[in-house]
Amino acid sequence: MTATTTGPLAAGSEHPGAGPDATGHFGRFGGRFMPEALIAPLDELESAWRDAMRDEGFTGELDRMSREYAGLPSLLYDATRLSAEAGARILLKREDLNHTGAHKIRNVLGQALLTKRMGKTRVIAETGAGQHGVATATACAYLDLACVIYMGEVDIERQALNVARMRMLGAEVVPVATGSRTLKDAINEALRDWVSTVDETHYMLGTAAGPHPFPAMVRDFTRGIGDEARAQVLALDGRLPAAVCACVGGGSNAIGMFTAFVPDGAVRLYGFEAGGDGIDTGRHAATITGGDVGVLHGARSYLLQDDDGQTVESHSISAGLDYPGVGPEHAWLAETGRATYRPVTDAAAMDAFALLCRTEGIIPAIESAHAVAGALEVARELGPEATIVVCLSGRGDKDIHTAAEWFHLVDASGEVTDEATAEPVHGDAGLGGNETAGAGVSGNASGDAE
Amino acid sequence: MSRTRDALVTARDRGGAALVGYLPAGFPTVDGSVAALRALVDAGVDVIEVGLPYSDPVMDGPTIQRATEHALAAGARTRDTLRVVEAVAATGVPVLVMSYWNPVERYGVAAFARDLVAAGGAGLITPDLVPEEAGEWLAASDEHGLDRVFLVAPSSTGARVASTAAACRGFVYATAVMGVTGAREATSTLAPELVARVRRASDLPVGVGLGVRDGEQAAEVAAYADAVIVGSAFVRRLLDAPDPAAGVEAVRALAGELADGVRHPAAAGAPS
Repeated sequence: MTATTTGPLAAGSEHPGAGPDATGHFGRFGGRFMPEALIAPLDELESAWRDAMRDEGFTGELDRMSREYAGLPSLLYDATRLSAEAGARILLKREDLNHTGAHKIRNVLGQALLTKRMGKTRVIAETGAGQHGVATATACAYLDLACVIYMGEVDIERQALNVARMRMLGAEVVPVATGSRTLKDAINEALRDWVSTVDETHYMLGTAAGPHPFPAMVRDFTRGIGDEARAQVLALDGRLPAAVCACVGGGSNAIGMFTAFVPDGAVRLYGFEAGGDGIDTGRHAATITGGDVGVLHGARSYLLQDDDGQTVESHSISAGLDYPGVGPEHAWLAETGRATYRPVTDAAAMDAFALLCRTEGIIPAIESAHAVAGALEVARELGPEATIVVCLSGRGDKDIHTAAEWFHLVDASGEVTDEATAEPVHGDAGLGGNETAGAGVSGNASGDAE
Repeated sequence: MSRTRDALVTARDRGGAALVGYLPAGFPTVDGSVAALRALVDAGVDVIEVGLPYSDPVMDGPTIQRATEHALAAGARTRDTLRVVEAVAATGVPVLVMSYWNPVERYGVAAFARDLVAAGGAGLITPDLVPEEAGEWLAASDEHGLDRVFLVAPSSTGARVASTAAACRGFVYATAVMGVTGAREATSTLAPELVARVRRASDLPVGVGLGVRDGEQAAEVAAYADAVIVGSAFVRRLLDAPDPAAGVEAVRALAGELADGVRHPAAAGAPS
């Protein structure tokens, strides 16, 4: 077990060649597909953000908050028992240990400090599972900003505890009853609020998606994950890892992890999307693997849509990955071949969830369990000499009920059953070395997603 | 050449403004939307906007959302919108489609332009497409002689008002408020200034939308704009009607009141 730390956080640094271009495009992806009323505010946001990142007063204050409040930099942890199961060396980037239990604190602290700098007093945000809502409410409490969270009625029902957390932190939670009443509709409603209130309100988008400059701004507030991990692995090994793995919903933790490694051509980048019941069932959230190019929520990227361009609902056991779009930079990294995106089924993710619990005493977020499941497959492909860095983007406390039901530790009414322990039930990522090669990734036994 | 522009100029020349009426295709049914839109034409609406229902309409308030959600749940397809355009264009008034961008891109921009022309449509209003992202549509609309109506907003800079107006054909759509569609108690105080800014940048007629709900408000907006655009107030009449036939009569009555309003503008420059 090893933990190393790096020097100053790199939240303000830019690496050469990082997109987007001057008009907000990553290749043919990205851009601004927004009502004209929001174009000037997006220009103002971009200008304020770029100014802030050049201002050492701003980046210094963000570094201080990140260290003293959020607990950054996060550990890079040498997961030896998991590695023994995986057949390659796995290093976990412990974003689950950050304040609020996920990487999302990085983005919200950056945007909240920027909100103050812009002289705005009110923050709005969307949330699906509630994690970004909780992080936003946290940052708003910390920096004394009014906070309104839009959340679909379906998600409010599924995530009652997170609704309570947000309210405890002083946020107003507004139920969204339109459309599918989930995350995408919460984004729509937040945008409707924003267009009416933009003079005093900042829209704290929770992922590296949406219209320019959000994908680049959220990436740069989140890229400390990879900047730290790269320095930590070099300090540990004196060389770069063979591969880096992260889960991808909208894609903020993945882009935060990838960015530092993009120029390192020998480091393989893997994004693991939510394969749900399997790509061939149609019930999934694997936007790049199973979607098409289109425009949603302000950017051109991959999305799940029908023949008429209507957005199709996504499905995943992981609420944080359950989104029918994906950030445009991921679309670009996929198209250029720099990163590889593969689906991981609910079943494979939950097997990895159990494996990590039992081998390392770490209960991961189900989102992050997708990255662990994918890393197990990458480990089989790359072999025992490989070092694989995995972004453990969040902790699993929020998912205990879902996991307990999945492993039959409680029944549908929440009553405790007489099941002894949580065992991987599908044999995809076994305890005790009984893994079945290639079976962990849906519809993709060869491990070749694209 | 633009029949839409001609309709707005004609209305201005007779001392008032044109009335542009919006309803979504497929609400309450495809045929029902045709009947309601034809009633608007009968009652004096000069230009028709047919809304293409979309799953993520970020510019629309709850009234239009309810109608378009209903249309989609009932199975409305892009080709149904084109069918509605064809049925309404047969009346002779210019018919524009109002669509969020993804359905058009998914249909194929060139194919959509071709089929819109074939249906007798005059052009397309794009609430979430700005000219900078519209290269393919600029080319297709040029090729087919279609109107392309982009939006300007109170937040638009002078440079953006000029560049957006320069990309428009038919008219320039001025969104009267910072907000989404929906009837409002009072007309906008921001709209007259925005219209004046467009006029300094462009010779195109200017239509004002967002919030107008009755004849009095229409007369106020007609005092400074070339067209008054009304949507949610019509949709509200359909939503509130006990049956489709009553809905058609209710939108016909409102269209008559609004048409009277735009033809008798309030004292110029004095929106109350």
